[in-house]
Amino acid sequence: MEAVTPFFADKQRLLEDILGRYPEYGRRSAIMPLLWEVQRAERCVSEARVVEIATILDLHPTEVKGVMSFYSTFHEQPVGRYHLQVCSTLSCSLAGSDEMHDYLVEELGIVDGETDRDGHFSLQRVECLGSCGTAPVLQVNDSYFERVTRSRCRELLEALREGKLPTPWRERGGDNVRAKKATLVSGGVGEKKG
Amino acid sequence: MTVAADNSGPITSRRDPRYQVTMYRHVGVEGAWKLEYYLSHQGYQAARKAVTTMTPGEVIDQVKASGLRGRGGAGFPTGVKWSFMPPVDGRQRFIVCNADESEPGSFKDRYILEDDPHQLLEGLIIGGYAIQASVGIIYIRGEYYLGHERLEQAIAEAREAGLLGEGLFDTDFTFDLILHRGAGAYICGEETALMNSFEGLRANPRLKPPFPAQAGIYGLPTTINNVTSFASVVHIIERGASWFAGMGTEDSKGTKLYQVSGPVARPGVYEMPMGSTFRELIFELAGGPTMEAKALIPGGSSTPMFPFTDEYLDTPMDYGSIARKGSMLGTGGVIVIPKEKCIVNAMYNVVRFYAHESCGKCTPCREGVATWLPQMYRKLLTGRGEPGDLELMEEVAGNLRGTAFCPLADACAMPVQASFKHFRHEYEYLIEHGEPLYKKSDWWQS
Repeated sequence: MEAVTPFFADKQRLLEDILGRYPEYGRRSAIMPLLWEVQRAERCVSEARVVEIATILDLHPTEVKGVMSFYSTFHEQPVGRYHLQVCSTLSCSLAGSDEMHDYLVEELGIVDGETDRDGHFSLQRVECLGSCGTAPVLQVNDSYFERVTRSRCRELLEALREGKLPTPWRERGGDNVRAKKATLVSGGVGEKKG
Repeated sequence: MTVAADNSGPITSRRDPRYQVTMYRHVGVEGAWKLEYYLSHQGYQAARKAVTTMTPGEVIDQVKASGLRGRGGAGFPTGVKWSFMPPVDGRQRFIVCNADESEPGSFKDRYILEDDPHQLLEGLIIGGYAIQASVGIIYIRGEYYLGHERLEQAIAEAREAGLLGEGLFDTDFTFDLILHRGAGAYICGEETALMNSFEGLRANPRLKPPFPAQAGIYGLPTTINNVTSFASVVHIIERGASWFAGMGTEDSKGTKLYQVSGPVARPGVYEMPMGSTFRELIFELAGGPTMEAKALIPGGSSTPMFPFTDEYLDTPMDYGSIARKGSMLGTGGVIVIPKEKCIVNAMYNVVRFYAHESCGKCTPCREGVATWLPQMYRKLLTGRGEPGDLELMEEVAGNLRGTAFCPLADACAMPVQASFKHFRHEYEYLIEHGEPLYKKSDWWQS
């Protein structure tokens, strides 16, 4: 394994904050928060980081790896700068997420689980994101883009290709329909078809 | 369900003029997630009332008397669950909020987390006080970034204002929260798997008993409730148990968040009194189907589907009424399935979900849910089905009932069995013709 600067070397305060959340006898609870920090900063959790986390928590690396491999959010290989997650479960599927997935495969030239050559885009089919009332939903990094129509999807891809992550439009329904007016962002790609 | 002319009797419809939206009143309002807004709308008054004027036992009694049943899906009476906690013996005790909402068709908790996080915090303070726990834990699913962000802010605001920490409301009650994020695993919604996940273990479910009250997080006394259960408790304390019990039916009291998705005019979350009908939700509130419908899933993808007929549409959405029709209220997440959606394709989608989420701990689920059922569905859908396949699938589904370590296998098998019961002809057509009766499977808007 090549020598790398420890991720948390210059993040002592963050480390103390995370470890301090849990009681001394529950130190192991910090595995997931530490994995999250690495995943978000480096878009993956490499072997070296697994070893580092294990050392911090006085565990065997296998124990950290065992936890990491249980969840679909932690990646061994880096995801793209824009990680596109297509919800493929029933309500989204009814609203066109299978077609949206195929459209993205065609546009990006990558399939489920792949990252493109320059690390710009990666694509992942995921299960229910809890956006069934505003289906289909596409999650880009941290943000939900809801009720993605074909034209919205095209506009979103255009913006992402230029390196701009638009402010996510938030669609609502049901009792919170009032939110629609209040939170639709101006200038975002979602504005046109609010 | 009709409304009594003299407005007497329990409220069982949103048409009843006495009905008021409570849990969802701030959802959708810009800036409602801020403490300032929440405080200006009687925020934290229920927690203050509980902590300063009631004993923990009185809080539990109120929740018992309200008839509140757990809103996460299982429907266990919340007050009774709280009373299972052992006597205070000096050990740390935990109250946990399960915010790992991931049952397909369910999205009610997300909007509370994002738009009204202080309501959840207030419910947790009340719950913590009732079971005399000084630490609360919110386990939120990893994908809910915005909800996580809003909760982080809300917790910081509450600490700053002395609503979390030592000596709340000038009493000696101390309470603080740990916010813990999951990372994309449906099984973490199962309470013992959630506890393992929190402890930094693989999220396999634990054997019960011991139940969480006896040996929960770190082996210490623990009580776990859903987001909406905590939100309900705030209003039960504020308005009294009889207010809550004045809504709903015999075995299902109070107000509840129902969700509707699929091809309807206005999908979304609607707060309604228990006992409201599917018809009121789907037609009056959600504006009716936009395509001809043939089935409805009553409470999240694990609940057996109903045909979209008058008999089922006029069924009250309460625990007993839905159970008597052969399904479950679940999370109250209704999914409408259009006539032109191949039911085999729809069920493959559901089965694939559970196959993906099976943790692999026990044999029936690993073999039946994660392997056999999805393979059989793929066989059928690729036109390779043959006589005997349906019987085999039914057998596999039947063998999953009650045989697995946790309810995930039942959650997969029950909807499969229901699809066979109501739409067997679509399976038969697929085997006979090698292609489905309805070929188009999704409708993406341009």
